[in-house]
Amino acid sequence: MKLVAAIIKPFKLDEVRRAVADLGLKGLTVTDVLGFGQPARREYYRSAEYAYDFAPRTKIELAVDDSIVEPVVEAIGNVARTGQGGDGKIFVLDLAEVVRIRTGEMGAAAI
Amino acid sequence: MQYESAETPFIRSPFGRWLAMPQLLALAMLFAPVLGFAQDAAPPVPDKGDTAWMLTSTAFVLLMAVPALALFYGGMVRAKNMLSVLMQVFVGFSLITVLWCVYGYSLAFTTGNEYFGGLARLFLDGTFDASAGTFALGATFSKGTPMYELVFVAFQATFAAITCCLILGSLVERIKFSSALVFLVIWFTFAYCPVAHMVWFWAGPDAYTSADVAGAATATAGLIWQWGALDFAGGTVVHINAGVAGLVGAYVLGKRVGYGKDPMPPHNLTLTMIGAALLWFGWFGFNAGSALEANAFAALAFINTFLATACAVVSWTFAEWLFKGKPSMLGAASGAVAGLVAITPAAGNVGIPGAFVIGLAAGIVCLWGVSGLKKLLKADDSLDVFGVHAIGGALGALLTGVFNSPALGGPGLVTDWVTVAMGYPGIWPQFVIQAKAVGLVLVWSAAVAFIAFGIVKLVFGLRVSEEVEREGLDITEHGERAYT
Repeated sequence: MKLVAAIIKPFKLDEVRRAVADLGLKGLTVTDVLGFGQPARREYYRSAEYAYDFAPRTKIELAVDDSIVEPVVEAIGNVARTGQGGDGKIFVLDLAEVVRIRTGEMGAAAI
Repeated sequence: MQYESAETPFIRSPFGRWLAMPQLLALAMLFAPVLGFAQDAAPPVPDKGDTAWMLTSTAFVLLMAVPALALFYGGMVRAKNMLSVLMQVFVGFSLITVLWCVYGYSLAFTTGNEYFGGLARLFLDGTFDASAGTFALGATFSKGTPMYELVFVAFQATFAAITCCLILGSLVERIKFSSALVFLVIWFTFAYCPVAHMVWFWAGPDAYTSADVAGAATATAGLIWQWGALDFAGGTVVHINAGVAGLVGAYVLGKRVGYGKDPMPPHNLTLTMIGAALLWFGWFGFNAGSALEANAFAALAFINTFLATACAVVSWTFAEWLFKGKPSMLGAASGAVAGLVAITPAAGNVGIPGAFVIGLAAGIVCLWGVSGLKKLLKADDSLDVFGVHAIGGALGALLTGVFNSPALGGPGLVTDWVTVAMGYPGIWPQFVIQAKAVGLVLVWSAAVAFIAFGIVKLVFGLRVSEEVEREGLDITEHGERAYT
């Protein structure tokens, strides 16, 4: 089992959700996050120019079976890509255990 | 009707100029006996249409302050200070309105010396005689065309009050509420009232009955009026006056904590856009109402106010697009206000060419006022009161003298109030007069503001503490939050 955590541009969320749903995945978790990286966001107000170190991004997390990790990562990468800076990252982590709270199921059955 | 036909051979033309209507007069004379017109007419009474227009205009100007100016300013501060701005404008406007009716109107608009009026109208005494049931009459710019003095009192009250509120834009996010109010009282008394008197107080056209008394009538007017300066609706009285005071305040008060280091973006430009749009709307009362009658000069002021503002929105937006990369909402809203400010002294004093030039120039010059000039001044004039109001007001006041010229499509000015002869002294002479008026108001307001801020600083302190400033004035000064 793997945990796929992807930092994406907020306006890409719906496309990403559709892409992973098309692969048969039934759930994911979404968090609003701030990211530090490229590029810094700049805003202009009359004479004032502000550079923001932290840019708003959306983080999605989903637990997947080992067999489907590659297509999931590929699908997320394909739809979240704009080619501009700040498109985000995808992290794949080993997942030690999963528990479905309602039934107590564990492991792959709980994903 | 009788009176107007028999005794009023003129309609009012620009800011105090008259156009003879000999044909109409002759016609009226011809039919007078047939229609039974009295030969010895009753004294003139205010025209109902004029009265209705002026009452409407007065309410328009109130809208400019609450909510328009409050929203325009409030949207530009951080969310933690939103209510403090709304409160400063709301209560400042009300406080000055009270003082206007106590002594301000009298100081500004009764006979006194060249700088101050007298005390004849304290508490508006004499504007209404309850025992006789009669209302006092004031002058317009047309002979034999009075207005109810109470209408003029109310109209001018809104000018005094909004002018004081304009200054607050330089002081927001760090001034104590109490100190802001004390400052406004002092500045209103010693800057607004005398400047309004100097620029706008005069005996009225009916005082000019013959060449023998004309000199004496003029001698009762305010100093700048006597110079012959043109200020239709307040380029000097309102905008230079307030803008200079704001800049002085920004220097005395000091910069906001974190200024130049921490981002201080406007928290809600939607509200700023609504405020600017409502200012545009209300400004029709401000400028066209300053004709004091519902006549041709109100119409001229109206279209000039409309056109110049649109010009300034376009010029600011495109200049910003060109030089800064993006056309911004804050820029468009600022352009509207810049155009409104600059056309204010010119409104009924220039023709359509003047409105085009003044509007287009205002958008570009005031953009420089809030960027290049602001960097030179090194003050935290937080909402750019100086860059927009003083610079825009000065630009408008100077160009009013130029585009008043009939050669440039302007109406010219009244050179003799006895015969109501129209003329124009020439572009350079009138420009010099305008420049003198700009200079005097600039110096006067700066001096009063400096002393007033100094007194308040010594006695009460001007700023909130640094912790209070960081937490925001809404919770600390007013005990409430704008957004929960």
